[in-house]
Amino acid sequence: MVKSNHIIEISNVTKSFPDKVVLDDVSLSVKQGEFLTILGPSGCGKTTLLRLIAGFNSASSGKILIDGKDMTSVPPHERPVNTVFQRYALFPNYNVYDNIAFGLKLKKVDKKEIEQRVKRALKMVGMTDYEHRDVQSLSGGQQQRVAIARAIVNRPQVLLLDEPLAALDLKMRKDMQMELKEMHSSLGITFVYVTHDQEEALTLSDTVVVMNEGVIQQIGSPTDIYNEPCNAFVADFIGESNILNATMIRDGLVEFMGKEFECVDTGFGENVPVDVVVRPEDVYIIRNAEAAMFHGTVRSCIFKGVHYEMFVDTPDGYEIQIQDYNSFEPGTEVGMMIKPADIHVMRKERTENHVEGKLVDATHVEILGEEFECAAVEGIENGATVDVSFGFSDVELTDDPDDGISWGTIRFILYKGDRYHLTVRTDEGDDIFIDTHDVWEDLDEVGIKIRPEAIKVTAITKA
Amino acid sequence: MGKLVKFFSRRRTWSLPYVLFLAVFVVAPLLLIMVYAFQAEDGGFSLENFEKFIHQREAMNTFIYSIGIALITTLICILLGYPAAYILSKMRTSTARVVVMLFILPMWINVLVRTLATVALFDFLTLPLGEGALIFGMVYNFLPFMIYPIYNVLQKMDHSLIEAAEDLGATPRQVFTKVVFPLSMPGIVSGIMMVFMPTISTFAIAELLTMNNIKLFGTTIQENINNGMWHYGAALSFIMLVIIGLTTLFTGSDDENSANDGGLL
Repeated sequence: MVKSNHIIEISNVTKSFPDKVVLDDVSLSVKQGEFLTILGPSGCGKTTLLRLIAGFNSASSGKILIDGKDMTSVPPHERPVNTVFQRYALFPNYNVYDNIAFGLKLKKVDKKEIEQRVKRALKMVGMTDYEHRDVQSLSGGQQQRVAIARAIVNRPQVLLLDEPLAALDLKMRKDMQMELKEMHSSLGITFVYVTHDQEEALTLSDTVVVMNEGVIQQIGSPTDIYNEPCNAFVADFIGESNILNATMIRDGLVEFMGKEFECVDTGFGENVPVDVVVRPEDVYIIRNAEAAMFHGTVRSCIFKGVHYEMFVDTPDGYEIQIQDYNSFEPGTEVGMMIKPADIHVMRKERTENHVEGKLVDATHVEILGEEFECAAVEGIENGATVDVSFGFSDVELTDDPDDGISWGTIRFILYKGDRYHLTVRTDEGDDIFIDTHDVWEDLDEVGIKIRPEAIKVTAITKA
Repeated sequence: MGKLVKFFSRRRTWSLPYVLFLAVFVVAPLLLIMVYAFQAEDGGFSLENFEKFIHQREAMNTFIYSIGIALITTLICILLGYPAAYILSKMRTSTARVVVMLFILPMWINVLVRTLATVALFDFLTLPLGEGALIFGMVYNFLPFMIYPIYNVLQKMDHSLIEAAEDLGATPRQVFTKVVFPLSMPGIVSGIMMVFMPTISTFAIAELLTMNNIKLFGTTIQENINNGMWHYGAALSFIMLVIIGLTTLFTGSDDENSANDGGLL
């Protein structure tokens, strides 16, 4: 058998706990020697994925191969991987030396060799002379260094790192990032790194895997992920961005904020609704000049060290975030320009809500676990399972969950320049999407009302 | 008036009643024991009570026997209590809480009532009372004090330490011997303190469960005091206090902060 250069192969892995699915059909290959980062917000399943690789949890379905071998029934202590834990997990009953030597002693490595290897590992993490210190007397940064030394001293094929720098302060984190990167190139082993810090992911990795809600959103190099986000979630999560609703008029021409812009994207079709992403540093801001593509008024301007961050309101009610080396006083009328190559067009994941429901009678349908009044239906039997659709703007959210017909929790908020695009998960587990000008907070409990005339019911044609 | 308000609003003031209570009922009696222990019958300072103890074979034997019984009881409590605590710590918290409750529930019944019940049980089963019954009674009475601190430590143990050990190549057995057991030592130490010390000084359990056939050190002290041998009784109490003090010193030196982790209180 020819060995592939993939050290880890994850195929169709699903992990569900009694009350929720944490990983949904995840497939991923990790190349030998690469620095791969799994990036996502908390609760996206990234740590679970790492724990499956380490063997602390087992997948509900799917397969994980490490170095070509199926790991399904291999316990953690027999896997060729070592883990660096978020909270260090150093053994408080051993000193620094014994912590690092723990794995080697278990493998019955020769005493002299253990000593050499521990010393080398300590040197690598810059902790020479700390051998006999009590681990609890060390600072967080030092403890994490010991934890890294304890893992790499075993020369694993893959080093798994679970948010190893999350508990450190900013300065220490930056230093450790550089050291990890150097360590990776000098050790030549594969690193699988989990973090929620997008900057860390972009700085360190060869490959970034962006995850959300248990699903891989995008896999690519840091530049790919940053410059060509594949959907609004990735664009929003990685770096700052202006995400706007747009219409692709034809190849190379896109319309948003009521104006037409040249762009370089093709292949979306004609007059197709899309999302565009423009990074704040890609918007050129100039004194109100004839040359500008569009105009606006500076609302706020904050100095951020290297650049100024400004929010500009356009006359049409859009808000554009801009980063520039020049500052403009709030209230200043300015002009703005965007280069065609800096407009990133993304296919919309959806243009309206679709849920499955059950027809109650000609004007009522059961969706989201409740009975809603709907536009008059003809020709469908009562009690039939039907496809129900309604627009993003046809939903009204209420502060008090009891005021709505159904209710749910706000799971994701995306700002689109002039409105918020909310994802609300109902009790039944359905996701519905809402466009609104009102400001809501993540995890707010809301009531859901839908305009009856906007609810369209169509029969599900049997395949 | 203002001074009075100030006096009552100080936190220190509120601890006064307890300090007084402590002084009168704990500190003063302890001092009295010390004074009595070093006094001869005529009231002068002397070590004759201690000399009497060393030369009187019977008291010395009872003393050594009591320590032996206490050691055996403690050992059995560890052997029975550790696995129980370990299993408890693996249960779901809600279930474990109920089971711990069941372990502790009998503690709310007076020790004499429980011991009398034990006597009745031995009678019913026509088992002989004596040394075996004594150890059974002691273990029965003190086992929860061993289980609880160990359970407490095991339950609070950072699970990532166990995972780290597995990750570094430890088999489940090695995880236990190299990580879990050493880290649960503070709980065992607390348990020993809660079991060993009270068992040296019990006398009611011994009297009831051995039909007065076996004397423990606590019984000797009680007998002496009952018979008006105040000075000798005080000296014997003093010796026991020293032993208890030494145990505390020995077990407490393990680790200041971890000893608190396992505390029952």
